[in-house]
Amino acid sequence: MRAVDAIMECLKSEGVEHVFGIPGGANLPTYDALYGAGLRHVQCRHEQGAGHAAEGYAKASGKVGVCFATSGPGATNLVTAIADANLDSVPCVFITGQVRTELLGTDGFQEADVTGITMPVVKHSLMIQDPIEIPEAIHEAFHIARTGRPGPVLVDIPQDFSRADIPYEPVISVSLPGYQPTTEGNTKQIRLAAKALANARRPVIYAGGGVINAEASKDLVELCTSDELPVTCTLMGLGAFPAPHDQWLGMLGMHGTRAANYAMDEADLICAIGARFDDRITGKLSEFAPRAKFIHIDVDPAEISKNVPAHIPIVGDAKQILPKLTAEYRALEREEGRLDGWWERIHGWQEKYPLGYEDSDTSEIKPQYMIQAMYEVTGGDAIVTSDVGQHQMWCAQYFDFKGPRRWINSGGLGTMGFGLPSAMGAKVAKPEETVVCLAGDGSVIMNIQELATCVTEKIDVKVFIMNNGYLGMVRQWQELFWDKRYSSVAMGASPDWVKLAEAFGSTGMRCADKTDLVGQMRTALETPGVVVLDVAVTPEENCYPMIPAGQAARDMVG
Amino acid sequence: MMGEPATKDVLNLEDLRALGSVTTGRKHVLSLLVENKPGVLTRIAGLFARRGFNIDSLAVGPTDDDTMSRITLTVDGAAHPIDQVTKQLHKLINVIKIRDLEPDGSVARELALFKVSADSDSRAQIMEFAEIFRGRIVDVSKRSVTIEVTGADDKIEAFERMIRPFGLVEMVRTGEIAVARGRSAT
Repeated sequence: MRAVDAIMECLKSEGVEHVFGIPGGANLPTYDALYGAGLRHVQCRHEQGAGHAAEGYAKASGKVGVCFATSGPGATNLVTAIADANLDSVPCVFITGQVRTELLGTDGFQEADVTGITMPVVKHSLMIQDPIEIPEAIHEAFHIARTGRPGPVLVDIPQDFSRADIPYEPVISVSLPGYQPTTEGNTKQIRLAAKALANARRPVIYAGGGVINAEASKDLVELCTSDELPVTCTLMGLGAFPAPHDQWLGMLGMHGTRAANYAMDEADLICAIGARFDDRITGKLSEFAPRAKFIHIDVDPAEISKNVPAHIPIVGDAKQILPKLTAEYRALEREEGRLDGWWERIHGWQEKYPLGYEDSDTSEIKPQYMIQAMYEVTGGDAIVTSDVGQHQMWCAQYFDFKGPRRWINSGGLGTMGFGLPSAMGAKVAKPEETVVCLAGDGSVIMNIQELATCVTEKIDVKVFIMNNGYLGMVRQWQELFWDKRYSSVAMGASPDWVKLAEAFGSTGMRCADKTDLVGQMRTALETPGVVVLDVAVTPEENCYPMIPAGQAARDMVG
Repeated sequence: MMGEPATKDVLNLEDLRALGSVTTGRKHVLSLLVENKPGVLTRIAGLFARRGFNIDSLAVGPTDDDTMSRITLTVDGAAHPIDQVTKQLHKLINVIKIRDLEPDGSVARELALFKVSADSDSRAQIMEFAEIFRGRIVDVSKRSVTIEVTGADDKIEAFERMIRPFGLVEMVRTGEIAVARGRSAT
């Protein structure tokens, strides 16, 4: 069997149904095998788009996203998507073509050392040294991508190897002596954690994207609602705990709610689950949660005590640990009303500092209102992807995500241009769902070419552009911290989004009047096919509240 | 795309440099058993560079199992960052085993070659020093001798101090290799 045909067999046995990618010289054999292989291939317009689409697919479905690219520029175009998947722990397998082995190291046409280039940003990569290794390498890639802390795996296959005739037998299992993730969680540690939680007077549950990756949202809810434990989530964790909810404090971190950040600041015990104490969460590390002890549950042992020393570390899979922790916690005697005082304090903050903004008294659309309108027309029941910047933060603040895998965005790497291609991937994974890309006018143009993919492949995503005419978050920082010297942040009035949408064969709409917005959004959702709705919002609105970078939670402004 | 402006204050160069300097603690000898596959050394070296760790010495060689290689690294680090480095190393799929060898619980050796200026007057004295350090003369010319010395790094460094006044032309060191003391494998 040709090695490339074996690859298709491997993909199918891994349960792959969809692949995103672009063909080229070095992966011609792969695309020949793909022809008639029974997999749906989404032919993207740029490899970065294909990579983010694979991520969006993975984030929406929980399955491994798969992406093909050719050698050289095809592979280097993937780098941003790979790095993005690495920082947000997204299970993806990238299969790149490489020049023929006789050309390796000769600076051959379209040769780039893609394993070398991507080495710092992959979970693992496999350089094929012998064609007979290919089937095993593909299965290893899937195994590594989806287990433990998920992440991107790259498989680089020289073109001549991919044409080799190899003996193929289905691979039953992979054996990786250097890779045995701990999943179960130490029983003693779990018991200690339960005791600490039961004795805490001011506890906070701080959940991250790891809970969603582990499919442990229900288990998180079980734990929190066993009692009245206050819960906050990171940007990546939104949806892991259903919002709104009596125990829900909102998102924490740089643009989180005051209630969540102040609760972290005053907590005596913080239980981190699948979260990594990123600088966007902690602010100034030395002043972060000064009174708290920490329980840290994470599948990646390297995250434990990386930024914040854990008093009770538990290495393992949240899906396995949380039910045990809940059972232990329920079995413990807890003092009646011990959290009353704490909730009184939290409610005080919630009442004093609710999320809010000054609405316009004209037809002007405030960006926050745009999110609320989106929530209204979707009933909160859509998969929402976003780009990176102010619109992303407003969406995280004002859109209450009811469940996991409904909010897809780039948290760790902060990749502008992520929204449209990831929406495309999410829609392929979940065709029955409404998928809305909340885009920034600065971000969306970075991968706008994927509109063509959506139109030709009939992937009906709805793109709502929050158009403030600026690279808004950078503008906000220039205004607040750099004496309002607006340096290269204005976008001008280009492009005309309606015409652009139409040029791609999608429907273009525009809205600049508050009173029309809900109606226009509804029309956009009801219009078949790909729709781009350009929404003109207040140009210089700032996203508040915020913890200025490098400062502590109690120094929140706005 | 947002970086980290935080404040527009101009930063003092000295403060920045102080921030960047890695904390120092005891010397650590890390012994890594890794799969003998292409690119493994690059992954390990890259990890150290990326996380801001300076490798003092590095020795790579085959083991009794030809699918495995042994990498011995010496690094300078306080206890906390070393812990982070070993955890990060563990995440590399091709790294099978890592051991942070305590000085008391292990035997470490290094080989060094010293090329020293030597004329008829000084040669005898140099050879005497070499003998004290159990070194071997491996090459002699009219104006130089080359001495091979084996030992732990402090011995190599002591020999260097003794021989330097004669005119050290060059010194080449292998970097330390080490095994755990006692019956159990490293």
